[in-house]
Amino acid sequence: MESTIAAISTAYGESGIGIVRMSGPMSLNILTKIFVSAKGVQIIKPRYMHYGYIEDPQNGTRLDEVLAVYMKAPHTYTGEDVVEIQCHGSYISLKEILALCLRSGAEPAGRGEFTKRAFLNGRMDLSQAEAVIDLIKARSSRSFDAALGQMGGNLSSKVRAVRDKLKELLIDITVNMDYPDEDIEEITYDQILNRLSLINDEINNLLVSAGEGKIIREGLSVAIVGKPNVGKSSLMNVFLKENRSIVTDIPGTTRDTIEEQASLRGIRICFTDTAGIHETDDPVESLGIERSKQAFDKADLILLLIDSSTPLEEEDKELLKMINDRSAIIVLNKQDLHTVTDENMLETAPNLKVIKTSLAEGKGVEELEDAIEMFVTGGQIRRENDVLVTNVRHASLLRKAKEEVEQAENMTAIHEALDFIEVNIRAAFDYLGEITGDTASDEIINEIFARFCLGK
Amino acid sequence: MEIKPLGKYDVIVIGAGHAGCEAALASARMGKKTLILSINLEAVANMFCNPAIGGTGKGHLVREIDALGGQMGLVIDKTFIQSRMLNTAKGPAVHSLRAQADKVRYHDEMKHILETTPNLLLRQGEAVDIDFTEDNRVKGVLLRTGVYFNCDAVVIATGTFLGGKIYIGDCVMESGPNGLAPSNMLAENLKQKGLKLRRFKTGTPARVLSSSLDYSKMQVQEPDDHVVPFSFMNDDLDKEQVNCYLTYTNEETHRIIRDNFSRSALFGGLIEGVGPRYCPSIESKIERFADKERHQLFVEPEGLSTEEMYLQGMSSSLPEDVQRDFYKTIPGLENIELVRPAYAIEYDCIDPLDIKLNLEHRNFKGLFCAGQFNGSSGYEEAAAQGLMAGINAVLWLDGKNPFILDRSEAYIGVLIDDLVTKGTNEPYRIMTSRAEYRLILRQDNADLRLTQKGYDIGLVSKERYARFCESKKLTELEISRLKQTTKAPSEINKWLASLGASPIDNRISLADLIKRPEVTYANMAAIDTERPSLSDHVITKVEVELKYAGYIDKQLAQIEAFKKLENKVLPDGIDYLGMEGLRLEARQKLDQFRPASVGQASRISGVSPADINVLLVYLHKNEKA
Repeated sequence: MESTIAAISTAYGESGIGIVRMSGPMSLNILTKIFVSAKGVQIIKPRYMHYGYIEDPQNGTRLDEVLAVYMKAPHTYTGEDVVEIQCHGSYISLKEILALCLRSGAEPAGRGEFTKRAFLNGRMDLSQAEAVIDLIKARSSRSFDAALGQMGGNLSSKVRAVRDKLKELLIDITVNMDYPDEDIEEITYDQILNRLSLINDEINNLLVSAGEGKIIREGLSVAIVGKPNVGKSSLMNVFLKENRSIVTDIPGTTRDTIEEQASLRGIRICFTDTAGIHETDDPVESLGIERSKQAFDKADLILLLIDSSTPLEEEDKELLKMINDRSAIIVLNKQDLHTVTDENMLETAPNLKVIKTSLAEGKGVEELEDAIEMFVTGGQIRRENDVLVTNVRHASLLRKAKEEVEQAENMTAIHEALDFIEVNIRAAFDYLGEITGDTASDEIINEIFARFCLGK
Repeated sequence: MEIKPLGKYDVIVIGAGHAGCEAALASARMGKKTLILSINLEAVANMFCNPAIGGTGKGHLVREIDALGGQMGLVIDKTFIQSRMLNTAKGPAVHSLRAQADKVRYHDEMKHILETTPNLLLRQGEAVDIDFTEDNRVKGVLLRTGVYFNCDAVVIATGTFLGGKIYIGDCVMESGPNGLAPSNMLAENLKQKGLKLRRFKTGTPARVLSSSLDYSKMQVQEPDDHVVPFSFMNDDLDKEQVNCYLTYTNEETHRIIRDNFSRSALFGGLIEGVGPRYCPSIESKIERFADKERHQLFVEPEGLSTEEMYLQGMSSSLPEDVQRDFYKTIPGLENIELVRPAYAIEYDCIDPLDIKLNLEHRNFKGLFCAGQFNGSSGYEEAAAQGLMAGINAVLWLDGKNPFILDRSEAYIGVLIDDLVTKGTNEPYRIMTSRAEYRLILRQDNADLRLTQKGYDIGLVSKERYARFCESKKLTELEISRLKQTTKAPSEINKWLASLGASPIDNRISLADLIKRPEVTYANMAAIDTERPSLSDHVITKVEVELKYAGYIDKQLAQIEAFKKLENKVLPDGIDYLGMEGLRLEARQKLDQFRPASVGQASRISGVSPADINVLLVYLHKNEKA
C-alpha cells in the first residue's frame, strides 16, 4: 500500500496563515484522528471547509484553531486523497501540527514528492511537472508567472502548435511514400522547404525565449563599474532601496566586490558593485580590483558609471574600451552638477544606450530601469501570457528539434530522397513530443486515413 | 457421430491460405510431421482479393519471408505476369516491389509445393474442433467427418472462412470467400472453449469480362523493363509481361452510388464487423470524401488463362444491379459484363492482444495463431505471421527459445509487435511509416538481416545459405574495393563535368564519389574500369550502403538506444498488481500482458513513461538485491 506523506507546504517564516498538507490513502483517517470540529460535525465531507481545532488525541492538547479540507482521489493535485490543514502561520504551530500528523501515521514528504506523485499518477505531463518544480524554486514574481504559464499548459500548447505543423508535413510526406499508386497530389521540394522554414522560425522564437527564460529563472547578473566615487554604491542602494554598501566620498571605500540580489520589475537581478578598476599599489585594493575584473567578465550586463561633472579620465577611457563589445549601459551620473562630459564625448559604439542620472537627487532611475528591462526582454514589451521556456531540458530539446529541421532543410534544398528528409522531420517531431509528453506513432497514420481517400 | 482416430502429427495447420502454407512448410522443413487442412483444396493459396503481391511495406515483408526460407517470394517470382518497383524516386528504404500474379498458377504452384514437401500432408477437410487437455494444452483436431488427429501443436489460420458471412446489397449468405463453404462449427466450438472472438469485415470488388471493356479509353500502366525478383534465390526473371489499366469514376457514378446508399449492406446496419480504413468500399469513399470529384480504378488481369479482370478500388456491398449501373458510367466500362459481383465479407477473429510475441495464445498451450485470424489483412501480412507461427510451434515443441524479431530487425517484427502489443481495431495492414528504423529495414538487405537467423533455426536450406554467404562476401569485398580505389582530379573531372557535377580538387575514393547525388554505381562504370561482374542483389546493397552511409549510421545509433529498453527483460513472476508507484491502469495492463521487456511494456497503451520509470527503478533495485 502507498504511504501517506505530509509536509508544511507554505514558505518558512512568519505569515498570516500556513498550510500543512497530506497526500495518500491514510490522509482522511489521520485527519479524523486529530481534528475536532467546532460545530460538532462528525463526518468530514469532501471539498468542504471544516472549522475546528487540531488536538493531540493522546493528551487532548489543543494545538491550533484551523480550517481543514479533505479532497478525494483522483481529482486532486496528486491524484491521491489529499488533506490540507490551514492554521496560523507561526513556525511553531506549523511544526507541531506536522509532527502530530507524522505521529499519527504519515511519513515526511521528500523534496518535490507531491509533484512526483502527481506526475506518477498521470495528473500532469512532464513539462507541467517540471514547471511545478520551477514554480517551487521561483524566486521572483515574473519567474513565477512564467512557471505558472507553463503549468497551465501554456508552453505545452505553443510547442504542440509547432509539433502539429511538423505532423501535417509528415502526413503529406508519408502518404506520398506509402501510397505511390493513389490519386494524391505529389508534395514538391519547394513546398517542403517553405513549410520547414516557417517551422524553424517558430522553434527559434521559442528558443529566444529560452535564453530570456534562463535570465528570468536564474537572474540577470549585472556588474556596476566606474571610477572611484562615481556613484556605484549609490546606484546599488537605489536598487536595493536600503543602504547596504558603505557610501563615502573617499575613492576606494568599496574595497571588495559586493553582491546583492534585487527584484527589478519582477526580474531577479544579481548586482555586483565593484571597486574601481585602476592600477594601484595598495595590496588590499588590487585584490578587490582583480575580483572586479572577474565580475565584469561574468556579467550579463554592465552598467558603466561616468561622472559627467568631470572630464573623462584615463580610467573612464579604459572602461569605455572594455565595454565596447559587451552588453552595457552607460550611466552619466551627477547631472545635478555642472556638465563637463556629455554623451557626444564618449566615442563608444553607437548602439550603446546612455542614460543620464542624478542619483543624489533620484533622477533618471526610472529611465535606467526601463533600459535594463528592455535589455532583458529584447526590446519587446511582453504581453501578459507569453511563454517563456524556463527549463534547461526543454531548451535543449528545442535546440535538437531545430537542428533536425535545419538538416531537413539542407537535404530538401539538394533534393535528397523524401525517405531521408522524413527521418529528420520525424526526429524533430519526436523531440517536441518529449516536451509535451506526446509520443504516439499512430497519430500520423490515423490522420492519413481521416484525410485522404485511399485504398482499393 | 463416431469419432475415428486416424493418426498423430506434431503440428496441424488449420487453413491453407497464405498464412497456413508458410506455417506448414516451415514446420515440415524444420523436421516436424505436419498436416495442413483446407476446407477445400481449391482454396489453397488462393488470392481471394486482388491478384497482386507486394507494394509498400508488403513487398518488404515478402523479401523478409524469403530471406528466412519462406515460400511466397519464390512462388510469385514463378507466376508473376507484371512487375513494378514502386517509389523509386523517394529513396531506397521505401522502394517497394509489386507484382501482378497469375492467381491460378500461383495457387497451382503453391499447392504442388505443399504436395511434394517431405514430412507434410495436404488434406481436404473441415476442422470443427480443437481438442485440449484439462490444463488447456493442445491435444488434437476433429474433422467434420468424424476423423480425429492427435497432435501437439496447432497453427490456426482460418482467414475469412471462420464464421464467414457474405453481403451483397440486402442478400446475406453464410459463406466463406468466393462462394466456398464457411467454417461455422469451429467458430462455435472455439467460443465454447473460452476463446474470445470478434467480428471484422473486408470486401472485394467485382470481376468483369475483359472482352467487355474498352481499353482505348483508359490509361495504360506498363510493367518495368527490368524485373527485380522478390526472392534472393533468383537473378534474372525478365520475360513477356502484361499491362494494367487506369480509369476514373465521375460525378454520375457518384450520384448513382449516393442514390443507393440505403441499399448498401454497409450502410443498412446489417454488418457488425469493423472494416479497414485503408481499403474502404466505393460507397464509403463517396460518403466520407464527398468533395472528391473522381476516384481511380485500376483494371488488372487475374491471370493468363482467364478473361476475368479485377477492378481495384471498387470494392462494394451494393446490390448487383446498382454495381452494374454505376460501372457503366465509367469510361471504358460502358458495356461491362460482371462475372463475379463485388461483396463484403464478415468473419471471426481474435483480439491479437490475447496472443504472445511468439504468436502462441496466452490461454492455450500449443495453440499458435496467424493471419486474418489475428486481425491482420493482406496476403503478405498473413504469410509473415504464418511463417513465424510455424517456426515457433516447432521451437516450442522442442523446448527451445521462441524466435522473435524485434522492431529494429524486420518489418515482420514491427507487424507482430504492433498486433500483440498495441492491438488493432480494424484489419491491420503494414506500412513503411509503421517502422521506426526504415533506413535499416530495407528490402535490398533483408537477407543480410535475416538469412543467418533463418539458417540458425534450421529453416534456411544449405543451398540458400551458401548463396547468401557468397553474396555477403562479394558485397563486403566490393565495398572495401570501392573504399580503396581512388581517383585523381585529372582522371575524373571531365567525367564529372559531363554529369553536371562539380569538379574535385583532391584524390577521392570511389566510395566517397558515389555519395554525390549525380553519381550512381551504374554510371561510375565509365571511370571504374576494373570492376568485377556482380549480381543486381549485390550491386544494390553496395550502392545503398555507401551512398547513404551517414543516414544509416545515424539510424544504427537510434537502434542502439532502442535496444537498451528491449534488452531489459521483465522476469515472468513480477507482481505488477502490488508494485508501488505504478498507476492502477498500468498495473492491470502489465499484469494482463506480462510484456517480455521494458521496451515492449512501453508500447502498451495505458502504460505511461512514468510507469516505465517505475519499472526501471524496480529492475534496478532487483539487480542490486
